[in-house]
Amino acid sequence: MTKQHANWSPYDNNGGTCVAIAGSDYCVIAADTRMSTGYSILSRDYSKIHKLADRAVLSSSGFQADVKALQKVLKSRHLIYQHQHNKQMSCPAMAQLLSNTLYFKRFFPYYAFNVLGGLDEEGKGCVFTYDAVGSYERVGYGAQGSGSTLIMPFLDNQLKSPSPLLLPKQDSNTPLSEAEAVDLVKTVFASATERDIYTGDRLEIMILKADGIKTELMDLRKD
Amino acid sequence: MTFTVPIDNGDSVKIAEEESQRTLYPYVTGTSIVAIKYKDGVLMASDMGGSYGSTLRYKNIERVKAIGKHSLLGASGEISDFQEILRYLDELTLNDNMWDDGNSLGPKEIHNYLTRVMYNRRNKFDPLWNTLVLGGVKNGKSYLGMVSMIGVSFEDDHVATGFGNHLARPILRDEWHADLSFEDGVKLLEKCMRVLLYRDRSAINKLQIAKITEEGVTVSQPYSLKTFWEFSSFHNPTAGAEGSW
Repeated sequence: MTKQHANWSPYDNNGGTCVAIAGSDYCVIAADTRMSTGYSILSRDYSKIHKLADRAVLSSSGFQADVKALQKVLKSRHLIYQHQHNKQMSCPAMAQLLSNTLYFKRFFPYYAFNVLGGLDEEGKGCVFTYDAVGSYERVGYGAQGSGSTLIMPFLDNQLKSPSPLLLPKQDSNTPLSEAEAVDLVKTVFASATERDIYTGDRLEIMILKADGIKTELMDLRKD
Repeated sequence: MTFTVPIDNGDSVKIAEEESQRTLYPYVTGTSIVAIKYKDGVLMASDMGGSYGSTLRYKNIERVKAIGKHSLLGASGEISDFQEILRYLDELTLNDNMWDDGNSLGPKEIHNYLTRVMYNRRNKFDPLWNTLVLGGVKNGKSYLGMVSMIGVSFEDDHVATGFGNHLARPILRDEWHADLSFEDGVKLLEKCMRVLLYRDRSAINKLQIAKITEEGVTVSQPYSLKTFWEFSSFHNPTAGAEGSW
């Protein structure tokens, strides 16, 4: 008798898009609020942005049950860190922790496509982009999720990031002002919403600066 | 669980036994649950059918149950897994009562607990084959959420499982608004359940509507909806197109 195979999948893609842009003294993290399964919409008001520490904010698209579990693991590790070190984790430290946590489940991955945004130890904006098993890189801007293929080329064009291969390493943070970066984010999401069925409903934008976090909401097309 | 000395033969037999215990497909299933928040709390509707494949095997299954003082749990999918979940929740609420500290589990806590249970079972490749709806009121705040069999969860003002997601949700998106009265809420749910009756082949015309408010839980007696078949196009259906179609 042949081995029976399960007719259910432990994974599902709940769609959505996440973007982050690093500036000289700020970081913009944005994601839409639509959660889907197959061709149905489950919720028009589901936040994909999670604050992990004062200066590290995670935005993840993909399988939301895995995202939630990942977030819980990171939150509890951060709490332990705070107890042991009497300070909050820095963004680069959180970036390494996230990578390790993802790789820990290398053979049954968290189906989560992450963008980590925040401020580094010098107060400059930083963005880290990941794949599902923890491979990561610090970049000036990043996009993940169902609309990433529509957004990334446009960001490449508008933010003109220098090649990461150049020596000495050039600063990849954008010289744009905070208002210009927010405007750019609104533009890319409005465009992605037009062509990506899994992106839409509402856009949540978090702006991280040394003095705190501001949140902005913008309506997107609901079709 | 038998204790055996690990020899080649013994191990392979044990592994074969363990493999066959995993869930492959559901047997007795319940269809959609539809639930909405309204002025005083949450309303949840379900029919009372339990299907065994294409056979309507059970016609008196309550798929909405009260949990503790503050919550209602509705389930679609495998009925035996729902009963198992009720046993887990019994244990949870019993332990909560035994603390005797004046605190009681609210709907948000139970929703979180259920999400963890469903996700952990999915991680072991042995899921509880249910989509759960958790509604409740605590300290004046209404709560309504859903968990799927692989652990995806969210909250909203209105939720529906299975076919309800496709047929009822659009109606609710159009006609739901905050602070519905009890009568309007029931009318809205009945509208959704009627569409499901017409279009979901596993739905039966025997439903219950459960209500939860700050005061407590009330589950209605089973009743049936009026259906309307007197549409002019149902008379002489081949009039427009003669032939065997």
